Amino acid sequence: MNERGLANAALEPAPHNAGFPKKSFSANIGKFRELGLLGFIVLLSLGVQLRNPSFLSWENINDIATNTAILSILTIGMMLVIVTRGIDLSIGATLALSGMIAALTVYEYPDLNPMIALLLGVAVGLVCGMALGFLVSRMGILPIIATLGMMNVFRGLTYQASGGKWVSAHQMPDSFKQIATGSVLGINNLVFIAIVIYVAAYFFVNHTRTGRQIYAVGSNPDSAQISGIKTGKILWLVYSIMGGLSGLAGVLWVSKFASAQGDTAAGYELNVIAACVLGGVSIAGGSGKISGIILGTVLLGILNNALPMINVSPFWQMWIQGTIILVAVIINAVVKRGIDRNNLMRRKI
Amino acid sequence: MEPRMIANKKPFSLKGFFLQWEWMLVVLFIAVTVMNINLSEYYWNYDSLRDATMSFLDKAFIVLPMVFVIILADIDISVGSIVALSSVVMADLYSQGVPMPLAMAICLAVGLLSGLINGILIVKFKELSSVIVTLATMIIYRGIAYIILEDQAAGKFPEWFSYLGWGYVGDIPFILIVFAVFAVLFGLLLHKTTFGRRVYAMGSNPTASRYSGVQVDKIKIIIFMLAGLMAAVTALFLTSRMGSTRPNIATGYELDVIAMAVLGGVSTAGGKGRMIGAVLAVFLIGYLRYGLGLINVSAQTLLIIIGLLLIFAVMIPNLKRKRASSRNA
Amino acid sequence: MAEFVLELNGITKIFPGVKALDNVYFKLKPGEVHALMGENGAGKSTFIKVITGVYQPDEGEIYLDGRKVEFKTPNESKKAGIAAIYQHVTCYPDLSVTENIFMGHEKIGRLTKRILWNNMHAEAGSLLRELGASFSPKTQMGALSVAEQQIVEIAKALSLDAKIIIMDEPTAALTKNESEELYRIVDKLREQGKSVIFISHRFEDMYRLASKVTVFRDSKYIGTWDVDEIANPDLIVAMVGREITQLFPKKESVVGEELLAVEGLGQTGYFADVTFTLRRGEIMGLTGLVGAGRTEVCQALFGISAYDKGRVLLKGKVLRVKSPLDAMKHGIGYLPEDRQKQGLVLQWGIGRNITLPSLRKWSKRGMLNPAAEAETTKRLAEKVNVKAGSIFDLVSSLSGGNQQKVVFAKLLTADLDILILDEPTKGVDVGAKSAIYEMISELACSGYGIIMVSSEMPEIIGMCDRVAVMREGRVAATLERDEITQEAILQASMVDEAPLAEQL
Repeated sequence: MNERGLANAALEPAPHNAGFPKKSFSANIGKFRELGLLGFIVLLSLGVQLRNPSFLSWENINDIATNTAILSILTIGMMLVIVTRGIDLSIGATLALSGMIAALTVYEYPDLNPMIALLLGVAVGLVCGMALGFLVSRMGILPIIATLGMMNVFRGLTYQASGGKWVSAHQMPDSFKQIATGSVLGINNLVFIAIVIYVAAYFFVNHTRTGRQIYAVGSNPDSAQISGIKTGKILWLVYSIMGGLSGLAGVLWVSKFASAQGDTAAGYELNVIAACVLGGVSIAGGSGKISGIILGTVLLGILNNALPMINVSPFWQMWIQGTIILVAVIINAVVKRGIDRNNLMRRKI
Repeated sequence: MEPRMIANKKPFSLKGFFLQWEWMLVVLFIAVTVMNINLSEYYWNYDSLRDATMSFLDKAFIVLPMVFVIILADIDISVGSIVALSSVVMADLYSQGVPMPLAMAICLAVGLLSGLINGILIVKFKELSSVIVTLATMIIYRGIAYIILEDQAAGKFPEWFSYLGWGYVGDIPFILIVFAVFAVLFGLLLHKTTFGRRVYAMGSNPTASRYSGVQVDKIKIIIFMLAGLMAAVTALFLTSRMGSTRPNIATGYELDVIAMAVLGGVSTAGGKGRMIGAVLAVFLIGYLRYGLGLINVSAQTLLIIIGLLLIFAVMIPNLKRKRASSRNA
Repeated sequence: MAEFVLELNGITKIFPGVKALDNVYFKLKPGEVHALMGENGAGKSTFIKVITGVYQPDEGEIYLDGRKVEFKTPNESKKAGIAAIYQHVTCYPDLSVTENIFMGHEKIGRLTKRILWNNMHAEAGSLLRELGASFSPKTQMGALSVAEQQIVEIAKALSLDAKIIIMDEPTAALTKNESEELYRIVDKLREQGKSVIFISHRFEDMYRLASKVTVFRDSKYIGTWDVDEIANPDLIVAMVGREITQLFPKKESVVGEELLAVEGLGQTGYFADVTFTLRRGEIMGLTGLVGAGRTEVCQALFGISAYDKGRVLLKGKVLRVKSPLDAMKHGIGYLPEDRQKQGLVLQWGIGRNITLPSLRKWSKRGMLNPAAEAETTKRLAEKVNVKAGSIFDLVSSLSGGNQQKVVFAKLLTADLDILILDEPTKGVDVGAKSAIYEMISELACSGYGIIMVSSEMPEIIGMCDRVAVMREGRVAATLERDEITQEAILQASMVDEAPLAEQL
């Protein structure tokens, strides 16, 4: 249904009620949206700092960084999925499942090298992602339906694996908890891993053939098929990457919060989608930049941290998050219309 | 040129009659019943079946409009949140002294309004698709419910309110009667009216429908409003059964509802599906759950089963189409 | 080196029921710009698809540089150095120009397998400079104009090192200045020794660029001439060939009061300054090249899209229709150009399709009356003479002509005054065509005002009382009944300034 909607939007001429100045303005947002996002982050930080001076303390910044690290890892995968015109609602469940299995493993074998636990989590996530990718690319199931269904399967499996119990802090060996607390070259492990993944993703997305093919598939699936790109394989790959990253994030999450539960990260996929659309990833597919999603995650991370600090009730957070998503996608759509309209105006008759 | 005679009566085909998806559901339904009888000696008696029916019918109200939504090749995943929001608003108003009947009317109005917002956003921003719009409003609506009630529960409704969820007319549950009435109404709307015909046209070919003078935007908005309204009806019955409400009620209802509609033979590609199939699927899934509950299958395992059921229900027609197209090639 | 870089001998291509190409010849020299001309449906597109390996010919041989070749897939012909630039540019609007040029044959580092962006940007830049383009290769493709996108497509062909470049109506969507730009580029390509096959409807293009011209008509090869050897009228005769005979059952109808007046209608990016009137009982033709803005005008009149300039008067009153439903309520009906996408619900039977626009008539308070519905659809389907057994037959099982009859039946259900018919006989076989002409003529006689959009000259000349010819979004000429000739229409739709009458 996603694609049909897009096709219709593309076929029908844009409404003609908006005047010229507004259009060129919205087209400009497109050009400067990252700058604007950066400016907004700075202003927001300053504003919060005025209300609560402990906001820009080293300790709190560190806290924001480690919290945002996990979100940012997931955002990369989600960006790739959305670029291919899909969506993945199952990642919260995938994260919980792989985190739980890793936690149960170290609980059983406390002497296990934490690296192996990490790899195990990634492997579990990868399997989940590949299953999803199979359903989407080979069975032709809409991403929303496939991920909605598998979300419940993965969540159910998490409860099954744990027998409905928690794995709590004292049941985990210190070596495992140190994954999240340790540091490399003075940088917290989580942040370090996120940076490494971002560098790799930047290279993959911008400098490899496969990476560019992901964008080609999202930008024009029919053309991609004609020019010999294996669209099905690209889709499969994208969901597998998403799964693998969710698996990794699962282990990091459990290690950081030192607890694995059945409902770990329930609804977290919405955070990730919010970060993507904030970062300018177009829900219509084909566009999304690494620099954009970095800003998107940072903004969301700061918001999540700042709202409690300026005494916004936690019960407002869900509403704020939903509104952010809605406003961001609407802005993206309006900007895109402005650009299209501008292109049309260049045609002289 | 001699005038050509064109028949206007449809010949009855026995094969066509039995090849309908609904028979598959009937067979499955019998299989589930037989399985349940074998699994538990408590299953096969009137009281137990009646109580089971009362417990799973609340969300069935949303399946009815969801059939329309999916026939349009759209989706609405905000319905669970609309249930929560309208229920919480009702409880909050009542606790502030608003008379219960008025609070219930407002509950329905909130559902209608939520659906209206969904519909307008989807129609105005066609490039966003219903997936992303209802995803966002799903968070927003439940977010508002949290803002109103925080982590409190609200309840203490008047005595008569519990009749909705627990009452009987003679020996038949009230909720079953209401559901039957709604199911017939929605079935008539889909199959016997100009509105329903236009909905099918829009699901099969939205462009041709528009060119034929079908008011596609208006119809889409009405359907999302119906989804919101029926979510509010669900809120009434669910709240009545539970006796109180919280912002986190009806979480995950969207999945159950979509699964029931899809299992009922409504194609996610749009344009296909019947009300009777969806209603059958409601009872099929309901009794399956009840039977598995009787033998102590955990709620979590049920999650897996429902998830897989949804996947298989969409996969089977896709596989059939794939085979057909490879045969043509 | 062979004399001809490409030679096709006796090519025949048969589709079920139709000979799309019937024993055609084509010879292309190195460094030659060769125009391929003919009416719509003459077989030019099929011919191109044979060269590019999309279709395989049923008879005949293809020689490349004197060697016999067979192209089984588009990739094989691409590898052999043949590149085609299609009318509708197929591109990735979200990606950069460089990526669009190199998609499928990126430059890859040997060791690291990374994309060599600098090399690609540099090469793309030099290709674009060569073609005289002023935009940067890093520009996003979607931000370019159609003309600029076409330059990118040409750059793509060059980056593949193509020897033969085929352009399918490249100027159709271009303005005059943009066309000039394109001419310059083609000149350059010729200087580089590339061969160009140029398909166009515009004589201007041919005179400006080509040294040879080959004409196809009705799937057959008519001849090849040096461009400076053949006079304009002769070429037109070669293209059109047949006399316009009494194939058309045009009956004289009583022309009544004015139904519709369109004054200075304009839509940004699509058309401007469109003015015409329509009277009861009249058939008004709207013709011009594909992409001249005819369909866009009709859709604006029918409320599919909005216009931002001018006004429409219906029976003397200003009217602005908001939607197709609104248009139909005011008595305006539209037969869309693409009947499969816009006209029919293919998964449905004949009957349901016919009643879709006017369901209200067979219902009471919203409840359908299936018996009355079936009775009417049977009557209408018989009236338009659909060849089918039952009104429950799926329209997807009907032939193009019969599908079109069903769309006509849809229009007959509503109470309309004005019918806008967009290419009513497109993709319809000859038999059904004459039936449709008869129907249109009868409708005019019974008092409808009809606007007929068509690219087919014979039916415009045979059917219309008046013709508005559009070019590049504007009405270039309005011809009255006695002025409607092929020459006049061709002149108005193609030639930019020099009046053809003087050349004759």
